[in-house]
Amino acid sequence: MSSIARFFTSRWGPIITGAMVGILAPILVKLGNPGNMGICVVCFNRDIAGALGLHRAGVVQYIRPEIIGFVVGSLVAALIFREFKPRTGSAPVVRFFLGVFSVIGALVFLGCPWRAYLRLSGGDWNAIPGILGLLAGIGLGIVFLKMGFSLSRNRTAPKAVGWALPIFMVILFLLLVFRVDFSGNSTGPIFFSKSGPGSMHAHLLISLCVGLFIGFLAQRSRFCTVGAVRDVILLRDAHLLNGVIALIIAAVATNLVLGQFKAGFQNQPVAHTNFVWNFMGMVLAGLAFTLAGGCPGRQLFLSGEGDGDAAVFVLGMIVGAGFSHNFNAASSPNGPAAFGPIMVIVGLAICIIIGLTMRETAKK
Amino acid sequence: MSNIVNVDVRGLSCPQPALQTKQTIGKMDSGTVEILVDTQTSCDNVSRLAQKAGWDVEVQEQPEGGFKIILNKK
Repeated sequence: MSSIARFFTSRWGPIITGAMVGILAPILVKLGNPGNMGICVVCFNRDIAGALGLHRAGVVQYIRPEIIGFVVGSLVAALIFREFKPRTGSAPVVRFFLGVFSVIGALVFLGCPWRAYLRLSGGDWNAIPGILGLLAGIGLGIVFLKMGFSLSRNRTAPKAVGWALPIFMVILFLLLVFRVDFSGNSTGPIFFSKSGPGSMHAHLLISLCVGLFIGFLAQRSRFCTVGAVRDVILLRDAHLLNGVIALIIAAVATNLVLGQFKAGFQNQPVAHTNFVWNFMGMVLAGLAFTLAGGCPGRQLFLSGEGDGDAAVFVLGMIVGAGFSHNFNAASSPNGPAAFGPIMVIVGLAICIIIGLTMRETAKK
Repeated sequence: MSNIVNVDVRGLSCPQPALQTKQTIGKMDSGTVEILVDTQTSCDNVSRLAQKAGWDVEVQEQPEGGFKIILNKK
């Protein structure tokens, strides 16, 4: 067991995890997920928000089993390798709002860092300003980290803190399987899209298995698409970046094999061509993820290993997706929505204030 | 008799354990640094960073959980 543990924390761990994501995500597209959206942590949390009735965008409502799998797969790995450690107390309410604003930014671009790399790997060149924005946002976060930014320390917590989000995910899975509908006329409490991206999905068991597999691998290898860039700039360490490079290479190859590589700016799936707001949306997302300590996938994996603060960030992402659509801030293939730009500016202002003001509290 | 520099990064989020280690050993040409971490992830990150910077790394599992990482450089 310990040799397996060592292998995944070696340089090969992130590379294998990234390569698996790069292979499996385009396959999920082939099996029914939306274009260049085999896996998108933000989009999938947005779909879950829609399924729970937190927004009324009828085309993006589905309980995505990949998200459930990420948390539960990580939980299983953490239990097997004795790394399940319930903990909380590191500014959870601030993390909630970082989750909210990360999603608002990412939905202006239309994708989390995972999907930004997957869009690039599918030939969607609109991902380039998004990735440049992500780099800028991470760079800004690093400035704050160097100035001493900290959300302060967590503490060991009762078991319930660690189990709360995994159990919530199991309940979501039951709601998905039984498609709970009180009136029989699709009036809730759970909503499923009949058209649009929310109606496009691989079979739920396939999605769940892919989620569980990647969740397991990523918990072991600490795969993080934001840490990848951050550690290169801040620590001159390419350990995690190798995983992202492997993801992109594997996804390009898989998309070519499956005939899904279509290069260009126009008519890309679930994407728009506005350079400025593709960039700015991801500046906000990159900053919020960096201040919270990791990409949206990493927050799910940390939740699976008992990190109650990461779980609060995840809940912030789901609620933030609701806000994003209700406030008409989430982009569509037609471009940014009416209030997308102003929400990004407000989010940046709030994240900068957080970055400037949060310092470690004195040790007891 | 050289002084031992102590760093406690228990409970901190990524990348602060590795960053504080980098900032500490960055000011030192040689000596001993003892770092307390609470997760295997932080332990791996700190160890990898110190090894790359040319420090000898010894990890001791702590009875109360977590690890003490002892860095040495002559």
